[in-house]
Amino acid sequence: MGNEPETPKKADVGKGHMDASTDKRVDQLMGLLLRTGVLLAAAIVAIGGAVFVARHAEPVGSYRVFQGEPVQYRTLPGIVREAASFNGRGLIQLGLLLLIATPVARVAFSAGAFAYERDWVYVAVSLFVLAVLAYSLGSGHG
Amino acid sequence: MVEFTAVIGFGSLLAGFLGALTGLGGGVVIVPMLTLLFGVDIRYAIGAALVSVIATSSGAAAAYVRDGYSNIRVGMFLEIATTIGALSGAALALYLKASVIAIIFGVVLLYSAWASYRHQEHAMDVQPPDRIATWLRMDSAYPTANGLKQYHVRGVPLGFGIMYIAGVLSGLLGIGSGAVKVLAMDQAMKLPFKVSTTTSNFMIGVTAAASAGIYLSRGYIDPALAMPVMLGVLVGSLGGARLLAGAKVTTLRLVFSAVIGLLAVEMIYNGFAGKF
Repeated sequence: MGNEPETPKKADVGKGHMDASTDKRVDQLMGLLLRTGVLLAAAIVAIGGAVFVARHAEPVGSYRVFQGEPVQYRTLPGIVREAASFNGRGLIQLGLLLLIATPVARVAFSAGAFAYERDWVYVAVSLFVLAVLAYSLGSGHG
Repeated sequence: MVEFTAVIGFGSLLAGFLGALTGLGGGVVIVPMLTLLFGVDIRYAIGAALVSVIATSSGAAAAYVRDGYSNIRVGMFLEIATTIGALSGAALALYLKASVIAIIFGVVLLYSAWASYRHQEHAMDVQPPDRIATWLRMDSAYPTANGLKQYHVRGVPLGFGIMYIAGVLSGLLGIGSGAVKVLAMDQAMKLPFKVSTTTSNFMIGVTAAASAGIYLSRGYIDPALAMPVMLGVLVGSLGGARLLAGAKVTTLRLVFSAVIGLLAVEMIYNGFAGKF
């Protein structure tokens, strides 16, 4: 993981350290995961935006006064249902959900990569962060 | 709706461009822009800024991780502090008045502008190894013009504490708190500057995701507003990063830092005047 020192002196420290080439591969996979998530999310948001703008000539509502979003745009089942019926705002929210899921997926990937490295301290660290994220995403969706 | 989307989108593009150029990030410019210029309620502004922060930081992190600058162990460990902080911040946002949030935002913005103006890449003395950092295997190396350079990490508890505050601010204000994160790693933990900024960037997406879930379920994230903001900031920051890599932009950065300082003062003033 990360940028482990490549000198033999350091690489020998501790057991289960990977060699530099495996490190590089993990870094590249993580980069690919992040890029793919962002691009896919942006594409879905753009498609949803196009559908929404095409169907609404006039501005919808005002942002001067906070009212909060209707329930179908703030829960996972609601968003999926709206997106499946090709509703513009539903598609945008689906893209944004995917965007929020991208760093979460990165943490899950890290947990796996650390486990592969047999670095149990960091497996625990990654799983803890994942649990905090799950708690946040789960709150209010019950 | 086309005009509204286009205007917000263009403004966000500029904000993303400016944010990348100053190193402040797009989110920090989005909130004053939406609230001061377009009269958007600060809660919608924070929701929209938060998703744009995830987009830009994840996009940029992809490149930094691949190039081997980010210290992933340091990042992962400190994400414990930032995600718990972000949860606290998002919970706090539900109880604070909008004007109070605006004032805190202004103060943080002012600090960020000052920090980005002041921060220069400085030569770092070689640090002796530290017990906690060694146990956590944080010591690493990063690429320089003269090949890989080793460094030792220090001050883990202090860095962890500052990161919690960075997380609270991120969750409360919908920003990446890059300036506070860099403070923790660069000043407290003595990481090389380039490693601090790229690792900060690496962490911002996860920190923002921790509060974004709460904001989404509370109805702060409006699709029609978040769509042009997220796409605009993403495209703008990609352009800004490209320009930053090629050109010398010291004067430009100075001007932008001043503009952001002015926005900060206006937010603080409006907050005290009760205009939020």
